[in-house]
Amino acid sequence: MAGLLLSIALFGAGAAGALIFANHGRWTTYAGVGGVVAGCAVGIVPALRAALGGPVESIHAGWAVPYGSFFLRLDALSGFFLLPVFAICPLAAIYGAGYLEAFRPKKSLAPPWFLFNLLAASMAMVIVARNGLLFLAAWEMMALSSLFLVTFEDEKEEVRRAGWIYLVASHAGTAFLFALFILLGRAHGSLDFDRFDASAGTGLLFALALIGFGTKAGFVPLHVWLPQAHPAAPSHVSAVMSAVMINTGIYGLLRVFTLIGPLPAWCGWLLCVVGILSALTGALHALAQRDLKRLLAYSSVENAGIIALGIGVGLIGIASKSPLVACAGFAGGLLHLLNHSLFKSLLFLTAGAVVHGSHTRDLDRLGGLLKRMPVTGVLFAVGAVAVSALPPLNGLIGEFLVYLASLRGIAEFDGGGLTVLVSAFAALAAAGGFAAVAFAKAFGIAFLGHPRSESAEHARDPGWTMLAPATVLAAACALAGSFGARLVAAIAPLIASITGMPDAKSYLSGAANAVAHVAFVGGALAGISLVVMAARSRLLAGRKVRSALTWDCGYYRPAPRMQYTGSSFVQPLTAAFAAVLGTRIRVIEPRGLFPSDASLTTEARDPYQDRLFASLFGAIGRGLSMLRPLQQGLVQLYVLYIAITLIALLLWQFA
Amino acid sequence: MKPQSAFPLLLAIALAPMVQGIINRTKAIVAGRAGQPLMQPYLDLAKLLRKGAVYSETASWVFRTAPAVGLSAIICAGALIPFAAFPSLTHFGGDLVLLGYLLALGRFAIVLGALDTGSSFEGMGASREIAFAALAEAPLFLALAAIVRETGSLSLTPALGAVSINVWNHAAPSMCLTIGALLIVFLTENARIPVDDPTTHLELTMIHEVMVLDHSGPDFAIVQYSAALKMWFLGAIIVAIAVPWHVGNALADAACALAGIAALGIVTGLIEASMARLRLLRVPTLLLTAAMLSALAFVMVAK
Repeated sequence: MAGLLLSIALFGAGAAGALIFANHGRWTTYAGVGGVVAGCAVGIVPALRAALGGPVESIHAGWAVPYGSFFLRLDALSGFFLLPVFAICPLAAIYGAGYLEAFRPKKSLAPPWFLFNLLAASMAMVIVARNGLLFLAAWEMMALSSLFLVTFEDEKEEVRRAGWIYLVASHAGTAFLFALFILLGRAHGSLDFDRFDASAGTGLLFALALIGFGTKAGFVPLHVWLPQAHPAAPSHVSAVMSAVMINTGIYGLLRVFTLIGPLPAWCGWLLCVVGILSALTGALHALAQRDLKRLLAYSSVENAGIIALGIGVGLIGIASKSPLVACAGFAGGLLHLLNHSLFKSLLFLTAGAVVHGSHTRDLDRLGGLLKRMPVTGVLFAVGAVAVSALPPLNGLIGEFLVYLASLRGIAEFDGGGLTVLVSAFAALAAAGGFAAVAFAKAFGIAFLGHPRSESAEHARDPGWTMLAPATVLAAACALAGSFGARLVAAIAPLIASITGMPDAKSYLSGAANAVAHVAFVGGALAGISLVVMAARSRLLAGRKVRSALTWDCGYYRPAPRMQYTGSSFVQPLTAAFAAVLGTRIRVIEPRGLFPSDASLTTEARDPYQDRLFASLFGAIGRGLSMLRPLQQGLVQLYVLYIAITLIALLLWQFA
Repeated sequence: MKPQSAFPLLLAIALAPMVQGIINRTKAIVAGRAGQPLMQPYLDLAKLLRKGAVYSETASWVFRTAPAVGLSAIICAGALIPFAAFPSLTHFGGDLVLLGYLLALGRFAIVLGALDTGSSFEGMGASREIAFAALAEAPLFLALAAIVRETGSLSLTPALGAVSINVWNHAAPSMCLTIGALLIVFLTENARIPVDDPTTHLELTMIHEVMVLDHSGPDFAIVQYSAALKMWFLGAIIVAIAVPWHVGNALADAACALAGIAALGIVTGLIEASMARLRLLRVPTLLLTAAMLSALAFVMVAK
């Protein structure tokens, strides 16, 4: 616990240092990065020990705020969720040092480094806080520090807009958390987590947690802020938000589940339905995007859905008293969360390198980057294979366990649980197919073929500060894919504490064995590929191997503009799913014998935002505008309001 | 791992291109032509392996690696599929999921290889191939889920081995629906009519063929051979469900299954000889039908 407090103190020192050295050139960066790296290095040791099932430590101190207390606890669940915070933040910070360097002549770098340290500290605080008020304070600090990081480039209209949407969404979500904690703490008049009880009704508490925490995790239809806010931030912040901050929503859900005890079966079903909806919607929208970083953000929605599916399947397993389904479901969800943190941060960091090198995020203006940015290209390819859950990398491990849990349920269960599980199984398959399309597009259109614009033509690999963190993450993806079975065994104590099944390790042994087989086949896959490659080179040695133009039906001068674009690549699917995607296509058709202009523009819109939330917030806005006469701008009037309020309060108190 | 568990993979490696020969021969006979020799696909592969290669100036290492990764993924997928009474090389709970993802990896590699050439034709083929394959995932997984539900096994070898006459006796309708769904997936994954026409002459209407337009020599041989293996393995799954007789003698069972594969080749040939390719816009509807068939099959075994 002392290590954890020291780590948070180091974040604080980093934040202070960034402000103190604000006018000392690079020193503000050194202080900011130093704080994050030192804090994480100190914190990861106790986090790892706790995650592997070490002793639970806690601190309980008073706090002058009513109902508040300085109550921290580090158990297996907290330790597990701290791991991505402490592993990803330092890598993102080192990357950020290189990424933000380009802004130094124009902007002060003190605020982003101050806020980045604050963000890391508040995420760690959220995960260890055990008092409602302390938790909400940390939650709010996390939301605000990330908000001001998102709006770093606030001279851009779309960034300001994304910031507003993010601010509204995160506070709407937090409102549900206030209600949740008030209901949980009502019976004992305390907001300490260990005094909480479920007297308000498990179903209501579950629903509040699902909405409040689901907003942060990006569950559909509460996700609309995510594809706006995550891409607008500087890329190292996008990586932390998509790969780490989403996890705090999942953490909140799991923490509430462990606090309110056994849940009725329909909670698992509802979470599965939310997961199915998020996985399918996220994957379909991801493939329709033209903006590389927005594609990645929608993919985070998809992966949050897969994590929710794993937890939902686990809940169904608990409700159906099937330990095999329960343990494999939770293990799948949690391992996918860990793996998602690795490959999604890798993808955002490499996408940031693309933006850095080519100054555009529009896939239809990129192309041919693999020859211009060879290192970035290989690293992005690793991330793309991992996120598409293809063997032999780590993306498959967690998903495989979720599949396995639902298959087990498909073989054993009857009734409603069976329907939900088979839908989950088919939805995972379909979402997997769509994700593969999305990332074949992201890598294929951006990195392969010819450059589609002048700026893509001149893109170059960034410096080592930006490449090294991504390289570490790519290696981690390969390692986690090879040693998946070890990971399953390692989180057995955590699964035991979540499911309340002390024998989780033995229930998971079959799943671990299957994952070991998957890794073995992955190894064989790599080996056979090398053998085939070698055989091919041998065959070609000494034969005539020529280079020529790409075959285009005998056409003599192929040009970059003739290539398939990203939008045309996904057209069969965007056309088939036009009803749910809301892709806008504007065509100006060529007219006459000698047409002078013709054009086609595609734009991927989010129908949840356009139809659901736009009309909802429009109605709220119209309703509130009726209150506008209250605002007259006269000081006397506001004094009158205060007086009326005071009198009303006095009457209420004494009447 | 017993020595005979290598048999399904070795058999596939030796005989896979033959299915193509059977399909072509069937089409020729229906059309009243003599047709190519049955062994023609082998001769084509041998010829390609003897040639040099031409690479596009646009292409990078992705184009050169893609065929090898594609072949390797298909071979690994084949290591999970049993043949008649012979178990697969490796089997474990949930291996059918890995099968789906290995097929996806092979496709992912070839699609990236196609995009690497910067050709709009190959982009077009890649776009169609990966879109239709994505839509074929759900019917494939649902059909396998129906088999899992019926047999209670989570692994292909025991699950397909458990599909016996008994199973057919009490679940014949859902087995038929499963086979129907898998047949549509089989035709889609292997780029056959009614989804794709392998003998079409216009690049604009092709799917798989146009995607591999720039591969030549040994690379093209690898691509063609991977396609043959994929057809064999998906066919072996259909045959395992459709031919449920177990005589007891492993070799007799294997002969039955081989006859089944030949019959599947003839059926594919007859389908190609008797109907035209669907319009591309209609293919998603066909795959949706397959998903509905397999969902119905699942509902009927779930009871």
